[in-house]
Amino acid sequence: MSTKPFEKVVEEHGRTVLRVCRALLASHDADDAWSETFLSAMRAYPDLPETANVEAWLVTIAHRKAIDVLRSRSRQPVPVEEVTEAPTGLGVPDADDGLWQAVRALPDKQRQAVAYHYVAGLPYAEIAQILGGTIDAARRAAADGIRNLRKNYPGGGPS
Amino acid sequence: MNNPDDLFATPADADTLARLHRRLEQAAEDEGLLDVAYRTVDSPVGTLLLAATPRGLVRVAYDVEGHDRVLDTLASRLSTRVLRAPKRLDAVAQELEEYFSGRRRSFDLPLDLSLSKGFRLLVQQQLPSIGYAQTRSYRQVAELVGNPKAVRAVGTACATNPLPLVLPCHRVLRTDGTPGQYVGGPAAKTTLLNLEAAA
Repeated sequence: MSTKPFEKVVEEHGRTVLRVCRALLASHDADDAWSETFLSAMRAYPDLPETANVEAWLVTIAHRKAIDVLRSRSRQPVPVEEVTEAPTGLGVPDADDGLWQAVRALPDKQRQAVAYHYVAGLPYAEIAQILGGTIDAARRAAADGIRNLRKNYPGGGPS
Repeated sequence: MNNPDDLFATPADADTLARLHRRLEQAAEDEGLLDVAYRTVDSPVGTLLLAATPRGLVRVAYDVEGHDRVLDTLASRLSTRVLRAPKRLDAVAQELEEYFSGRRRSFDLPLDLSLSKGFRLLVQQQLPSIGYAQTRSYRQVAELVGNPKAVRAVGTACATNPLPLVLPCHRVLRTDGTPGQYVGGPAAKTTLLNLEAAA
């Protein structure tokens, strides 16, 4: 059973989960996935075993939420939201820079493996659990993803 | 891009995280998941931690008590669904501000007394009967709750008051009239007594 106040979980892992969501989804969708992830996590938190790897647990939830968001988007034939939404100027300055776009352009498994290993810092054993394959497959997907990123985003890291 | 780890070392957007946190506070409240909401306020007696359950204000804590330790205790005694969510405490913050500026003499807030029980609870519930700027001795409070010999237990009840200020244990003094101990430290007790005497 968890013992720490949930606020500590948000403080310690909020930033990493946001980066993971941004690696998986466009910025507006990433915000939604972050919100859904922490709301779900807060609901389940009292029953989380004390020994659990909290970050892996959160990334697993974020993984499912990102898939939900993508599915709901693909069912919407017209992206109306772009037209109706008033510009808020809130919080999206770097969210759509080229790097994140390049990550999001990767095939699903590569994108997920890169996000969970290089953004969240999870070991491949945890990633294999999330993606439902072998540890080797997870490692290969991340390596392929990084190779593709080097090809498509030659500028390197952000300034 | 020598090391893939550096690739993602973007400074995450603090504004975005603050906005998402507020959104989480509201969603948690709407979904009935906000078991304990808390915030801090500045005051003449230092930074105060305020925490509330859906039933009401459950804890007021001084700096010297260690706010992190207090939050850990709330998590273990009430629920680990503890979130910094100031909105539920707006009315409390408002009344405290009025109190510290001398414009408020008693508090009118829903309280959750679930952190106390037994004799301590009995004593703490009696504290608001000591009016603004009045004082009682530990002995007088013991008599008030019908147990005149329980002077020491009254002291313990005051020392473990989960809602100092709101349940005014600072108005309970030693029989010789000196302030005695206080959960927020003796200096805070003197500050409060002076504040009320001057208003």
